[in-house]
Amino acid sequence: MTIGLLLGDTATRLLALGPLDLVIVVLYFATVIGIGVYLKRYARTGEDFFMAGRQMTAWVAGLSFISANLSSLETMGWSAMAYQYGMLGAHAYLIGAIPAILFLAVVMMPFYYISRTHSVPGYLQLRYGEGARSVAGISFTFLTVMVSGASMFAMAKILNLLLGWDIHLSIWVSSVTVAVYVTLGGLLSAVFNEVLQFFLIWLGTLLVPILGLIHAGGWDAMMKAVKRNAPIVHPTVQNADFTSLWRNLGSFDTNPMGIDWFGMVFGLGLAVSFGYWCTDFLQVQRVIVAKDLRSAQNGTLIGAALKMCVPIIVTLPGLLGLAVLYAADGSPLVLVPESDPRARITHYTFNDVLPLLMGQYLGPGLLGLGVTAMIAGFMSGMAGNVTAFATVWTYDVYKPLFRGNADDRHYLAMGRWCSVVGVLVSIAAAYSLLWFSNILDFLQVLVFFFIVPLFGTVILGMLWKRATPAGGFWGFVTAILVSIGMWAYVHTFPEGYRPPPKATLGADAVVRVEREAGRIRAVTVEKGTVETVNVAADGAGETTVSGRPLVLPASVPGKDGDLPVQVLAPAVALAETGAVSKFGVEGVPLVLEPGVTLRSAVVSARFAPAAFNPDHTETIARSRKAKPMAVNMYSGWWSLVVCVLVTVGVSLFTKPKPDAELRNLVYGLTPRPDEGPCPWYEKPAFWATVVAVVLVAVNVVFW
Amino acid sequence: MTEHGIPIWFFIGALLLVYGVLIFGAGLYGLFHPPQVALANLHVGIWWGALLVVIGLGYVRAFRPRR
Repeated sequence: MTIGLLLGDTATRLLALGPLDLVIVVLYFATVIGIGVYLKRYARTGEDFFMAGRQMTAWVAGLSFISANLSSLETMGWSAMAYQYGMLGAHAYLIGAIPAILFLAVVMMPFYYISRTHSVPGYLQLRYGEGARSVAGISFTFLTVMVSGASMFAMAKILNLLLGWDIHLSIWVSSVTVAVYVTLGGLLSAVFNEVLQFFLIWLGTLLVPILGLIHAGGWDAMMKAVKRNAPIVHPTVQNADFTSLWRNLGSFDTNPMGIDWFGMVFGLGLAVSFGYWCTDFLQVQRVIVAKDLRSAQNGTLIGAALKMCVPIIVTLPGLLGLAVLYAADGSPLVLVPESDPRARITHYTFNDVLPLLMGQYLGPGLLGLGVTAMIAGFMSGMAGNVTAFATVWTYDVYKPLFRGNADDRHYLAMGRWCSVVGVLVSIAAAYSLLWFSNILDFLQVLVFFFIVPLFGTVILGMLWKRATPAGGFWGFVTAILVSIGMWAYVHTFPEGYRPPPKATLGADAVVRVEREAGRIRAVTVEKGTVETVNVAADGAGETTVSGRPLVLPASVPGKDGDLPVQVLAPAVALAETGAVSKFGVEGVPLVLEPGVTLRSAVVSARFAPAAFNPDHTETIARSRKAKPMAVNMYSGWWSLVVCVLVTVGVSLFTKPKPDAELRNLVYGLTPRPDEGPCPWYEKPAFWATVVAVVLVAVNVVFW
Repeated sequence: MTEHGIPIWFFIGALLLVYGVLIFGAGLYGLFHPPQVALANLHVGIWWGALLVVIGLGYVRAFRPRR
């Protein structure tokens, strides 16, 4: 079955919910508010509100741990990654997660748990002092509410694009719901909803890969279709292998990410992964609240085992997008990045791959469940950020800097108010993104560059007792600055960055389209306005074509060869019929008849956050062909190296803390508590070994 | 999940049970009015709705508050 998926062929709304679907969505909202109201009675103290009473079982801690990371941005984003990068997208759930989670469970958890810290910045205070804690606490609270706002903004935007829902309504309904249940029940409420979300995400999304595989004719047939369609969908990486985990990482040319094995292992597998899973407090908070150390460790290991299953609902849909999505003419459906000028005008984007598959396979009720899973993912992501914000603000900013001797009721009230303020600031952040939407693209990257230095600082503090407060502070700060510097460097263009040439036809344009074998070969504009960027060689300005028709070239010379001119027609009238149509095409001549108004602009910028300078990319990621994800991984690696070198260097010349002050904080000075005997199937070491063996087996099978 | 109160599993079971009934019903309706989706002939709504009912019932029975 092929469906008309080109934007020009359908209404702009991608999914249409029926009454039953809406009932399912409304039931979800009613349930989460009901849970919040019910749990208010169990949040009577600060420990209850911020740490959920430290009573979680291993299963609840594990499900919450993994759900806090399984937001809709995650599922949609990594499906898009798999569509863009093929099987390499699964590394985020294998080498990019499992070794780090095992390390957290086996090595780091005892330190977090025994020190009874309320947060990761809290550990920094115990180990290094106020300087490192303040930098971490303030950065974390700022980034947390920004990410929460970004999540809210992304949800509203996606619901608007997919379902046509009003952006403001989406932001306020979801925010008020989150504010109600988090303010009432604190972390316990957030964790309840994360566990609920885990079930909804799996049961709402799992049908997509099942039906997709049936539709494709099985695994082997899907892989054949991926190999057949990938060169058509991704023409810039013609030689890339989309179907391997490791076989294609021998060089930068043979995979669609433009990365090699070193970047994958040390950038993703070590720096980014360990930073995210071991020191991002949003994650760690979920397991340090378990009822005892063994539950905290086993909960983390349950999370690791479940994490390895996530590619089934994330990577597989991305691959299916390459195999089973076809346009009405029978050709593979081409999705484009959000930054592509054709995005949302003539083409769907990478991020739409999961919703497209949902629309293709899910009927009434099932579609509502799928959309509910998406909304649940967004809202629990927001709630996770808000609870983490309330904890870190209250314990790591407010208590040490403003009021350190208040009673528990005061901090509980502060936590509740913080939750409300956190949601309000998130709303403000979401609205700021409405006007500065490109910030969204860089926010997650900045979070990356904050948590990698944090990991370097924390791990040296845990494993090396010679690390000094000055060393920890300067290593942390220097690595953050280097991370930001690298980010700025790869987006800097000393010779000026010229966006790709494009010509946009105005809404008043009347056009004639010449086709050959169904494909557009030339476009003639008879009347109206045409705006060009970096097409006209003779500079900017407005002119009216007179005398003979003006022919704009199909391509213009660029630094690395000719660049095809994109012709975009978001809404134009066809000369033959008068019907309104829209289309997009590149590399065809555009003829302007006399009377047509031409507005030309030449754009060049020395700093372009949406573009990567290949010369500078080569310095950071060792290849001019490195894609954004590869640059992020290598930047994470260098950031970790800088953090370790500066911390060690400064520590060697400054005075360490005496051993007495490092007890329960540093390896060698922290006795493991004896939690008594337990059967073999409850031992963390046993399950850590099982997970490690399965990880190796999966990598070998899909090598 | 806590030492007191209704376990989270009960809430999950109840919601899945309601969802299962609704989706199963929609699946039965789809036997006579097939939805405009690919693979509609598999009547996914029926067996997926039944699966949700089974999971939901299991959790509700195992974790009902009076236990």
